[in-house]
Amino acid sequence: MKYRWLCYLISHDCLFTGEKMNFDTAIAANRFGLGARPGELDRFEKNPKTVLLDQLQGPSATPAVLAQLPASDKVLTEVLEVRKAQRETKKMVGEGQIPADVPKYGKLVRSYYIDQAGARFRYAVETDYPFHERLVRFWSNHFAVSADKQPVSALAGLYENEAIRPNLNGSFLELLLAAETHPAMILYLDNERSIGPGSMIAQPRRKRRANKRDVGINENLAREILELHTLGVNGGYRQADVTAFAKVLTGWSIGTDQGRFKAGTPGAFVFREAAHEPGSQVIMGERYQQGGFDQGVAVLRKLASEPSTARFIATKLVRHFVADDPPAAMVERIASVFLKSSGQLPEVHAALVQSPEPWQVPLAKYKTPEEFVISTHRAYDQVPGRMNIVIAALEQMGQMPLRPGSPQGWPDTAAQWGGADALYKRIEWANAAARQVGSLRNPLQVGEWSLGANFSEPTRTAIRRAESVVQGTTLLLASPDFQRR
Amino acid sequence: MKGLGLGSLLAGYPGLMFANTDTDSRLVLFILRGAMDGMSMLVPYGDGNYSALRGKLALASPGQEGGVLKVDGLFGTHPALQHTHELFQQKQALFVHAVASPYRERSHFDGQDQLESGSGENNFRRDGWLNRALQPLASQQGNEQAIAISQNTPLILRGSQAVTSWAPSKMPDAADDTLSRLESLYAGDPFFSSRLRQALDSQEIAGDMSGSKRGRGNKQKQQEELIRATAKFLSAPNGPRIAVLESGGWDTHARQGAANGSLAGKFAEIDMAISMLHRDLGEAWANTVVMVATEFGRTAKVNGTGGTDHGTATAALLAGGAVNGGRVLADWPGLSASNLYQGRDLYPTTDIRSVFKGVMAQHFGLQGKFLDQDVFPDAMSVPMMENLVRA
Repeated sequence: MKYRWLCYLISHDCLFTGEKMNFDTAIAANRFGLGARPGELDRFEKNPKTVLLDQLQGPSATPAVLAQLPASDKVLTEVLEVRKAQRETKKMVGEGQIPADVPKYGKLVRSYYIDQAGARFRYAVETDYPFHERLVRFWSNHFAVSADKQPVSALAGLYENEAIRPNLNGSFLELLLAAETHPAMILYLDNERSIGPGSMIAQPRRKRRANKRDVGINENLAREILELHTLGVNGGYRQADVTAFAKVLTGWSIGTDQGRFKAGTPGAFVFREAAHEPGSQVIMGERYQQGGFDQGVAVLRKLASEPSTARFIATKLVRHFVADDPPAAMVERIASVFLKSSGQLPEVHAALVQSPEPWQVPLAKYKTPEEFVISTHRAYDQVPGRMNIVIAALEQMGQMPLRPGSPQGWPDTAAQWGGADALYKRIEWANAAARQVGSLRNPLQVGEWSLGANFSEPTRTAIRRAESVVQGTTLLLASPDFQRR
Repeated sequence: MKGLGLGSLLAGYPGLMFANTDTDSRLVLFILRGAMDGMSMLVPYGDGNYSALRGKLALASPGQEGGVLKVDGLFGTHPALQHTHELFQQKQALFVHAVASPYRERSHFDGQDQLESGSGENNFRRDGWLNRALQPLASQQGNEQAIAISQNTPLILRGSQAVTSWAPSKMPDAADDTLSRLESLYAGDPFFSSRLRQALDSQEIAGDMSGSKRGRGNKQKQQEELIRATAKFLSAPNGPRIAVLESGGWDTHARQGAANGSLAGKFAEIDMAISMLHRDLGEAWANTVVMVATEFGRTAKVNGTGGTDHGTATAALLAGGAVNGGRVLADWPGLSASNLYQGRDLYPTTDIRSVFKGVMAQHFGLQGKFLDQDVFPDAMSVPMMENLVRA
């Protein structure tokens, strides 16, 4: 009954055929997915939930566009060497010019950044597992690093591929460990040089080798794991817990084959015993007596099993898939699945699909700039020729890829994305995109195959009345129907 | 009092508290995100414990190489704050020290939310105090009184009062006809229609400041463009009177530097911004207050990576032709171990909301009762700071 009534309001077609308007396919492709590609809505027609659940595994083999990216340890080693050489050259030439054959650090990291941003963008546009990819992006935003910090800009995309993408089929603890031991995260949160005051490295050296370097603990990684990755800011921890956890994490560092403290594979994670604060630590009333690396693993295991963590994660997931103000009942349900399954991510993700709340209309989520641009490319089945242009456009809209600017990651509410100027930028981009591809397709058709039941009558009318196909395309892309999911 | 227009005449009539007020007063608020190290902005070089606590990060005394610019026997500004120091000497700038919001944890995001929402200790409001303060300031032309120089609206300006935002664009303009059709399409959807309207209003004022279309431009040029635009908006006859800008990169956990280095570079940016506003606002500078604030400060002691960690009290700055300057407003708690908050941070002795209240009352003529009941309802017991703005 509900569907037929809506039919009368929305589309002439329904008047004649009396067909049930299937919002489920549009929701499956646009809210759970990354935006429908031509023909995608038809594939969901029979049973949208099953099709989504089938996507949870992700592709069986690493997609080619991602597989051709280099390994992060090699990249990190390379960029650090280039940076060092450039600094030494600069010292030598002083005010003079750096010779042209000395590789420039800035150019190198930028080319890595563009490659990685391009590969993941292209994959998002092409993938037949868009629900899985949305989850990859959700989790890499949860465990956020940002490319505005050096040398993380050369690693952020690789981090997503290596730490996040392969780890959505197991437990939250496995994903947590992978994220916190990836060199990009260690560097981003300044842990590589965090040294326990009682550790071997910190002990006073012989008098004649005066030690000019400050050594000590850095609390950043410990704090953000508690505040942003697991318990959440109201999770009940205190400053003393942050400090104790920071001591536990001393030694979680990056390998190098140079200098006094060489250990591990250059550019890869290493646990540097010599920097680790010896002794047991008490965190939130629990004493951790393990030695070495195990001490940190034990703390992470405990954090991963806490109800606060389950609730914090559930809140973020529900906010992402349902509404800016997450409905409490669904948050409870997802948190409960999280706890009961000991954080098994496939079960938690499946519970999102099986809940009734995300399947409701009207559309409640305002697309982020990335979602808007990706869904446009998917709707037109267009892979960008030059990634620089896409990056520049996203930067204009306030979402430069892989650069959320803080460990909190990109926000997930309309209030935070919905500035007046941001909307204006989207309209300008829609206009520019329409000029490029608008004449290739009838925007009414694009609206059909991309928005399905959410292609509203006011939007259709506006497009029909447009003065040109290009203008009609701008109206389609800038319409509230297309801007929401 | 300067620039209050109709408002001051109506001050004695509570029923007319919300009469529309056109004002000459301008406010530029810089929100520094990441917990700016107040002790490096206004340096307590004269405090006996300062050097030992800060080690290699300690700035030298006035007169020494890389030393602070003297303010008095206890304080000096960071050497990169040259123009600000000049303004101080001309009595157009003042500092507040050992100041903090009521927030006592150390999360940037919650700290910023509390700074921007003007909340008390125990609750978090979802709208910004500056938005609430706009109510009596709505101009008679109906244009928005406040603008965020950014694509999106920061919390401090979000709320029931309409505001606008603007940021430079590198894309070709959409045709007027297309825009008007979009206005029609958005007509039934307030989220979209209100934002498009606000954006179009700003575009009108910004005119052809469309940003360099070649390449990305370097960071300094981009910053200059934002400041130039801010001055243009605040000088336009029907434009906003309040602008909010944001600055990041203040979370100096590692390799903070002292007279030179990453933090010094950030102070140089702020100093340049103030200097440019001074120049570009022209006559309007006499009616301007620039306010620089951050969510909390940093640890008194240097950490193990040449930086500082999240702290509590910090410093704030007011600069502008309207400022009653040339002073440091601080109940300085000292840096001895027993005087540090939780043994690690500068102790907060002033609530930043008292500064906000003072500026809004003295610069915009907002009534004390309105500020207490509507703008800062959780801050009834926080006294307003007097004499911040010239009479």
